[in-house]
Amino acid sequence: MSNSSTSDLLKPFKLKTKQQELLIRVSILCLVYILAFITRLFSVLRYESMIHEFDPYFNYRTTLYLTQHGFYDFWNWFDYESWYPLGRIVGGTLYPGLMVTAALIYRLLHFLRFAVHIREVCVLTAPFFASNTTLVAYFFGKEIWDSGAGLVAAILIAVCPGYISRSVAGSYDNEGVAIFALLFTFYLFVKAVNTGSLAWGLASAFGYFYMVSAWGGYVFIINLIPLYVLVLLITGRYSMRLYVAYNCMYILGMLLAMQIRFVGFQHVQSGEHMAAMGVFFLMQVFYFLDWVKHMLSDTKLFQEFLRITVTCAIAAGGIALGVGMASGYISPWTGRFYSLLDPTYAKDHIPIIASVSEHQPTAWSSFMFDFHILLFLFPAGLYFCFKRLSDATIFIVMYGLTSMYFAGVMVRLILVATPAVCLISAIAVSATVKNLTVLLRSKNKVAQIGSTKGTSSAKASSKASLDQSQPFQKNGAMALLFGAFYLLSRYATHCTWVTSEAYSSPSIVLAARGAHGNRVIFDDYREAYFWLWQNTPPDAKVMSWWDYGYQITAMGNRTVIVDNNTWNNTHIATVGRAMSSYEDEAYEIIRSLDVDYVLVVFGGVTGYSSDDINKFLWMVRIGGGVFPVIKEPDYLVNGEYRIDKGAAPKMLNCLMYKLSYYRFGEMMTEYGKPPGYDRARGVEIGNKNIKLEHLEEAFTTSNWIVRIYKVKPPNNRW
Amino acid sequence: MQIDLSSHIVKVYLTLKVENAGSTPTSEVLLSFPPTQADHLATVEALVTKGKRKKTTLVRLDVKPTELPDAPNDAKYFTIYLANPLKSGESATIEVLYLLTHSQEPFPAEIAQSESQLVYYRDSAWILSPYHIKQQTTFIKTPSTKVESFTRVEPSNRAGTEIKYGPYEDHLPYSFSPILIHFENNSPFAVVEELVREVEISHWGNLQVTEQYTLVHAGARHKGVFSRVDYQSRPTLNGASSLRYLLARLPPRVHSVYYRDEIGNISSSHLRTDSRKSELEIEPRYPLFGGWKATFVIGYGLPLQDFLFETSDDRRYLNFTFGCPLLETVVDKLTVKVVLPEGSKDPSAVVPFPVEQHLETKYSYLDVVGRTVVVMEKKNLVPTHNSHFQVYYTFKPIFMFAEPLMLASAFFLFFVACVAYLHIDLSIRK
Repeated sequence: MSNSSTSDLLKPFKLKTKQQELLIRVSILCLVYILAFITRLFSVLRYESMIHEFDPYFNYRTTLYLTQHGFYDFWNWFDYESWYPLGRIVGGTLYPGLMVTAALIYRLLHFLRFAVHIREVCVLTAPFFASNTTLVAYFFGKEIWDSGAGLVAAILIAVCPGYISRSVAGSYDNEGVAIFALLFTFYLFVKAVNTGSLAWGLASAFGYFYMVSAWGGYVFIINLIPLYVLVLLITGRYSMRLYVAYNCMYILGMLLAMQIRFVGFQHVQSGEHMAAMGVFFLMQVFYFLDWVKHMLSDTKLFQEFLRITVTCAIAAGGIALGVGMASGYISPWTGRFYSLLDPTYAKDHIPIIASVSEHQPTAWSSFMFDFHILLFLFPAGLYFCFKRLSDATIFIVMYGLTSMYFAGVMVRLILVATPAVCLISAIAVSATVKNLTVLLRSKNKVAQIGSTKGTSSAKASSKASLDQSQPFQKNGAMALLFGAFYLLSRYATHCTWVTSEAYSSPSIVLAARGAHGNRVIFDDYREAYFWLWQNTPPDAKVMSWWDYGYQITAMGNRTVIVDNNTWNNTHIATVGRAMSSYEDEAYEIIRSLDVDYVLVVFGGVTGYSSDDINKFLWMVRIGGGVFPVIKEPDYLVNGEYRIDKGAAPKMLNCLMYKLSYYRFGEMMTEYGKPPGYDRARGVEIGNKNIKLEHLEEAFTTSNWIVRIYKVKPPNNRW
Repeated sequence: MQIDLSSHIVKVYLTLKVENAGSTPTSEVLLSFPPTQADHLATVEALVTKGKRKKTTLVRLDVKPTELPDAPNDAKYFTIYLANPLKSGESATIEVLYLLTHSQEPFPAEIAQSESQLVYYRDSAWILSPYHIKQQTTFIKTPSTKVESFTRVEPSNRAGTEIKYGPYEDHLPYSFSPILIHFENNSPFAVVEELVREVEISHWGNLQVTEQYTLVHAGARHKGVFSRVDYQSRPTLNGASSLRYLLARLPPRVHSVYYRDEIGNISSSHLRTDSRKSELEIEPRYPLFGGWKATFVIGYGLPLQDFLFETSDDRRYLNFTFGCPLLETVVDKLTVKVVLPEGSKDPSAVVPFPVEQHLETKYSYLDVVGRTVVVMEKKNLVPTHNSHFQVYYTFKPIFMFAEPLMLASAFFLFFVACVAYLHIDLSIRK
């Protein structure tokens, strides 16, 4: 009695199956949304709420400017503090999407009376957008496969290390919002292609606009989508839906993208964007032919007409492109674009690109590190995609394959491949698990009802009837299912471990284990930058290698000669030349650049290996690329880079060596080793008696990581 | 008279034995200061001992700055108001303590890292007084035995860390004998150029204090190189006058202490707490040499019941210390802001010394009308200004629930909107 009465009572609350499914789906998505956010908070918990790395400091500084001075001033900002004496037109040389996004979030929160600091907004922007990306991944997965695949895709991308590496709290960089924008644009475009709706096409144009405003990687979109359209055309999948989607997206997206000053007219003038335009015209030709075909009933006549039109169209296109290139109206491909297509290009032609570690070709281990089981699921997913080919799956296959190629060329482009890999792997996981569960459930039904006809799907029932002869099928399915869950749980463990160990250190603050297992913090960078800010004249000019430029302007508030926006190679080469010259020669260059302080990073005391001495060969190479006076062999001994007694004499007396090791010879760094023992390179230095003539030590941080020298004024002539 | 020069704050103890030589009873005693000293005068206190022998208690007397029309050479005056008028021919002993800031001038004005800091101190061998001085002795205590020179006004002599001037007999009013002492003072000249203390009251049980410092080493300016090798290997010889750490004395039961600056957390700080006090030892990011600056923020939370009380007429008041919690520092300009909870009315502040006051409005989390801020400003502070002040206001507890209710209703509306969206069909086509 009581049992039935409670069930009666609960009846109004009892959900239908569909509602239950919705509830489960929404709650999973909510949990994934939260998970994607909190898994990126390791660095905040372990260190503090701070901006990481190098580029994010510039973004933070500009966002600060934007919130303080408003959009108009930001757009017209001429920054005197960088690239002295050239300066930088900030509004015209950056992608403002990230800053505007953060500023809008900041404004919104303040409007809602949440008095947060802009720094917190900036720190948490990337995790917030990562959470949003999971939602997009869900809808994308739903669009190309089914909602199950969407859910799996959302979960996979929420914790995938390839994406986390660029979106932990504090890594306030363009990529943080750009991956969201990229995936969102693709999703909207696929949706537009699937529905043929002008509204979705318009939405994808706006998505593209946001992507253009956020990251230079938009070039990937503007080349991938035409390629995709081309493939559809070739495979005979041309449709009115495709026509509407592509034209709407291309025309509106192009017009919108021109509003970004940094991009400007590139869509019609640069070689990298010409593919999209070519496909656009091709599309019109196709449409025209379709129409003519519709009008002409005679096939022979049409064949003739087709030949003439295609020849004319190709000739016209070729001539237009040739004239454009020859007259210089269409600019040729840039070196960065070439270096993407050809992995060896940068090493030979653009040392400044090759000098950045994240531009190196990807090693297999980092694929494994960033993708883990996805690497194996990816081909499986491709198989499933090919098995059920549609416009949407063709898109995801193309996205996956091209981005995997780029991921192989450059380490940092693993990021672009991650969403595709996650989606395709999700298809594999979802399809496999679905098949296995269908197998299990139909088997149960077989046992219960005793009928070979399953009630679920025809396919499953046929499978069940086929496999009935196999005795251990149910157990096999169970085992496979457990195997899949085991793999997925390994994936989750791996992702958490990678996030916490590898991707959550801010690189401004260094942490090490002390002798007693306690955590030692080296906060030398900020010590030095804050010293610069507080104790040097406000108009002081600081020369350092370009890596530290953004940090010095953002944290030290001082003018720098070169910074991470490596737009002027000659200027950087001048600094490289100064660093690799003898002191008196360098002094001339330093004087001509009007430098007041020289900053070097030195890891010999702490064993910090990414210091300026280890980067020095790049300075020589970049300097030598512009000034042939600097020759790389002068700094090497038999092709070997050494700093000890056997080092090249030029090496032992160049400015960088002197500044790094000044008075280091008196220092005992390690017990049982001679004074002047460099712990980063594990050798005793070769020149212990360093005298400085034109510079003097102004400040050295407590662990010697940053050393700042003051440039002395020239001697009086009498 | 005793002058203590051992830190950069000059402490002067006067033991005055005043006699009423006039015919009418008087209750006022005038103290006079030369204008150069008066500018640097942080505080003047006068005490009188009461009781016999062992049961002596010190009674604080009122001291007020006074303008006199016929002051010679712009001398500045302070009047001490005696509790009992002094009859003709009677005498009384008054203890006067005054503190001078920025009164030690580094000379040489620029020193290298390995040199120690030498300073000048200028004063008079006997005090400037509008009265006839019968007898006076001056003791000057220097921080170390290293005294380069001192002006001799016979009889004067030096023994150890003490220089003795006098005893001098019978000096006329306003007589002056300038003395100059040149000595070593390696105590760091920690000066907070500007300090903004913000005390935010939350009736949910927390008192949040945020202090923004602009710290400067006001001693002899650092010249030339700063060598880390020398600084690390021979710390006593090199950078003797540098400012390595500071000690802040915070109230007990302090929690969630942070120490940071514009670019992030500073990891070099230690907090020691016991039941009576908390001590926070902070190191700036770098040692401060003469002329070097550092800005930083210290913040901490305190339990509200220790500081907020209710008066009998249903008003509330906050009882909190005014000055800077750092020991041995001079504060050039201090701004204390007391942020009252939203909805509080009729604020009024009671401070034991004159300050400039005005009101502001601040918007914090979920504020609609803004919080009233009582702002008090004072210049030239020394640690003795760490006395308590009170801010009175009225507050209805119902306001406490305004913000949670707002949040709750916002969420409620959101869910209602969701439910409505799920149940209403908005499509145009049927």
